[in-house]
Amino acid sequence: MATTQLSAPPLKPYPVIPILEVGAMAGTKSFPANAQIQQALGFPGELVEDWHDKAIAKLGELLGKYRSLKVYLDACVHCGACTDKCHYFLGTGDPKNMPVARQDLLRKVYRRHFTWSGKLFPKLVGAEDLTKEVLDDWYSYFNQCSECRRCSVYCPYGIDTAEITMAAREVMDSIGLGTKYTNEIIGKVHRVGNNLGLPGPALQDTLSSIEEDLKEETGLDIRLPVNEKGAEVLLVTPSADFFAEPHVYSLMGYAKVFHAAGISWTLSTHASEAANFGMFIGNYAQMQKIATRVRESVLDLGAKRLVVGECGHAWRAAYSFWNTLIGPFDFLDPNYPVPQHICELTYDLIQRGALSFDKGANDKYVVTFHDSCNVARASRMGSLPGGQFEIPRAIIRAVAHKFVDMNPETIREKTFCCGGGGGILTDDLLEVRVKGALPRMEALQAVVESDGVNFMATICAICKAQFSKVLPYYKFNMGMVGGVHQLVGNAIRLGPK
Amino acid sequence: MTTATVVFALLLYAAALLGAAGLAWRIRDYARTPAPLKIPTTPAPTSTGGVVLRMLREVTLFESLFKANLWIWLFGWMFHVSLALVLARHLRYFTEPVWFWVVWIQPFGLYAGLAMAAGLAGLWARRFLVERIRYISTPSDHLMLALLLGIALSGLSMKFLDHTDIIAVKAYALGLIFFDWQPLPAHLGLYVHLFLVALLMGIFPYSKLLHAPGVFFSPGRNQADNPRERRHLAPWAAELDKAKL
Ligand code: SF4
Ligand code: SF4
Repeated sequence: MATTQLSAPPLKPYPVIPILEVGAMAGTKSFPANAQIQQALGFPGELVEDWHDKAIAKLGELLGKYRSLKVYLDACVHCGACTDKCHYFLGTGDPKNMPVARQDLLRKVYRRHFTWSGKLFPKLVGAEDLTKEVLDDWYSYFNQCSECRRCSVYCPYGIDTAEITMAAREVMDSIGLGTKYTNEIIGKVHRVGNNLGLPGPALQDTLSSIEEDLKEETGLDIRLPVNEKGAEVLLVTPSADFFAEPHVYSLMGYAKVFHAAGISWTLSTHASEAANFGMFIGNYAQMQKIATRVRESVLDLGAKRLVVGECGHAWRAAYSFWNTLIGPFDFLDPNYPVPQHICELTYDLIQRGALSFDKGANDKYVVTFHDSCNVARASRMGSLPGGQFEIPRAIIRAVAHKFVDMNPETIREKTFCCGGGGGILTDDLLEVRVKGALPRMEALQAVVESDGVNFMATICAICKAQFSKVLPYYKFNMGMVGGVHQLVGNAIRLGPK
Repeated sequence: MTTATVVFALLLYAAALLGAAGLAWRIRDYARTPAPLKIPTTPAPTSTGGVVLRMLREVTLFESLFKANLWIWLFGWMFHVSLALVLARHLRYFTEPVWFWVVWIQPFGLYAGLAMAAGLAGLWARRFLVERIRYISTPSDHLMLALLLGIALSGLSMKFLDHTDIIAVKAYALGLIFFDWQPLPAHLGLYVHLFLVALLMGIFPYSKLLHAPGVFFSPGRNQADNPRERRHLAPWAAELDKAKL
C-alpha cells in the first residue's frame, strides 16, 4: 500500500492542465476480489479460462440492453473537449485518465468486434483486440473513474464516461475480475443489510448511545427510533451516519429536525443502508436486489413517507432509479415526493416556518458547500431543475451567517468529485484519491485564503469520508468537512416554542 | 455519354445507397435499444418541451461544447454552420426553378465555403498542436478532416480558380435524380469534388460521423428529468420485475 511516502501534488493558485505522463497510473490497481467475494454475488471466482470470448459476448449483450453504451461508443468524434475535465487526469497527468481515452479503452475493442470499419481497417480507426494488456488497462483505469459524470456535462453529445465505466466493470465482473472493495460491500448488504456489516442489535446499541449523547447535549429526549411500525417517515441513510465522523453529526441533525417538527419517524435494520454499490458496478440486478430491501422495509413498517439521508450516489439511486427498480410507490402519501431528500424535508419545514434557528451557533464557521457529483449531475431536489444546488445552500444560509461559494467553475453541475466516489474509496487506491482531490483542494484553498473558510459542508457520506482522509495531505484540518445537517443540528432551536 | 458520366453516376448512386441504408440501420438499432434507467445529465428539463429546447440549443449552438472549450467550439461551430449554408447553397443544383431562399443565400454560402475550410483547418491544427488531442487522435480522425477539407477546397477551386460549366453540372444533378442521365462536364476539380463527396456519403454510417444521429439518441441529453413523477421501465427490466413477483 502506498500510505507511507505518498505526498499530495502542490496546490497551484490557478488550475493548470498537466503535461501528459504516459502510464503514470497504470500500475495502481484496486485490490481484486477473492473467489468467495465474487461467488457470493454470482460472479466467477477468478479470471475464467475463455475470458476473451466471454468478455466479448458480455459486451455484445450489454450493447443490446443499454442504448447509452451503444450510442456513446459510436458518437465520439475525438474532439477533445472532455480531455481536461476529469479530476483524475488533472491530478495524475496520466492520459488514460482523460475521459475520452478512458472510453477508448473499451471503444477500441468495440470497434474491433462490433463495427465493420474496425473489422476491416483496425489500424485506421484505432480498433484493437482484447489482449491481456488491454484487459490490464481496463482493470486499472476503469477502477480509476468515480463515475462522477463531469465529462458528460461538457461533451457535445452528452457522452457519459460513467456509463462506459459501468459497462466495463460489468464485463470484468462477468469474467471474474471484480474489485474487493465494492463487491465485498455489496455482499455485506445482501447478508446484513448495510455496507458496514453492522447487524441489527449492534445498530440498536449504537443508536441508543447516540440518543444518550443527544440527551447530554440538549437535555431532551431526542429519539433515534428503529423498526417502529406505524411511524410516518422511514429514513434510509448511509450506514456511515451511524458511527463514522463527521457523518454521525448529520444523523443527530436529522433527529433534531424530526423532533422539532414533531414528525414520527423510524430507521430500519433491514434497510439500514442508503448506499447502493450495485450502481458502481453497473449491475442492474445487484442494484435492484439492494434497493428491494427498502421496499420491503417501507411495506413492513407501514411508513407513509420515504426519506433519504445525506449521500450522493444513494440519492441518485433513490431519486432516479428507485421508482424504476422497486416502484411504484402508490401506497405512500402522495402529498410528498417519493423518495424525498432530507434536505427537501428540512427546507420545506423552514419554508413553512416550522423550524427556528440560532444562527449564532455556527458563527465559528465560515462555510462553503461542496456539491456532490451524483446529486449535482444525476438527480434533483425540489420541483425546479437546479433545486439540488439551491436547496442545500438555502438551508446553510438559514442556519449560518457566513457562507461563500467556491470558484464557479468548480461548483454546481461543474463540481469536481471529491476523488473518492464510484467505488474508489479504498486505501488500495489512496494515491488515486489524494491526487484526484487536487482540483477541489485548489478551489478550497482559494476561499480559505480569500474568505477564511473553515468548514466545507457536503451532503454525501463518501465525500465526508474521502475529505476526512485526504484533507491532511493538503495541510488542511480534517475537521473542516461536515454535513449540512451537522450545521442544522448546531443551530436548530429545540424544546417548547 | 462519357465514361466519366457513367462511372460517377454509378458511384454516386452506390454511395447514396450505402450511406442511406447504413444510416437507416443504425438509427433503427439506436431506436430499438432500450434505455433502462433515467440518466439525463442534470440539471435537465422536466418536460418533453424542455428536452426539445435543450436538444435544439445543443445542435444549433453547441451549448455543451461552448461551456467546455472555446477554441473547439469556435472552429467546430464555424465548420458546421458553414457546412449547413454550403449544403443549402448547393440546392440550386437540385431544384428547378431554384427556391427563392436558396437564391437569397447564394452570396452567404460562398463566404461559408471559406469559413468551412478555415474551421476545418483550425480543428486539424489542434490535432497536431494540443498534446492531449494529439494523444487521442487516430489516423481516421486525420483522414476525416482531410476528406472534408478536400471537399471544401476542390469546391472552392471551382469558384475561384478554374470554373466548370455549372449549367451542365446542374443538368447532370437533375438527371441523376430523375434517372435521365446527362453528360458530366470533363473537369478535374469536379471529378475530385464528386469522388470525395461520394466517399463521405458512403462511409457516413460506418464512422464517427454517427455523432450526427447519435446526439438525438443520447440519453444524457434526450431524457426528461421526471423519474419520481413517472415510472420508467424498459422491456427487459419489466421481465425481471415479473420474475420477482
Ligand atoms: S465520470 Fe468523472 S471520473 Fe469518470 S472519466 Fe468522467 S470526469 Fe473522470
Ligand atoms: S467531448 Fe465527447 S465527443 Fe469530444 S472527445 Fe470527449 S467524449 Fe468524445
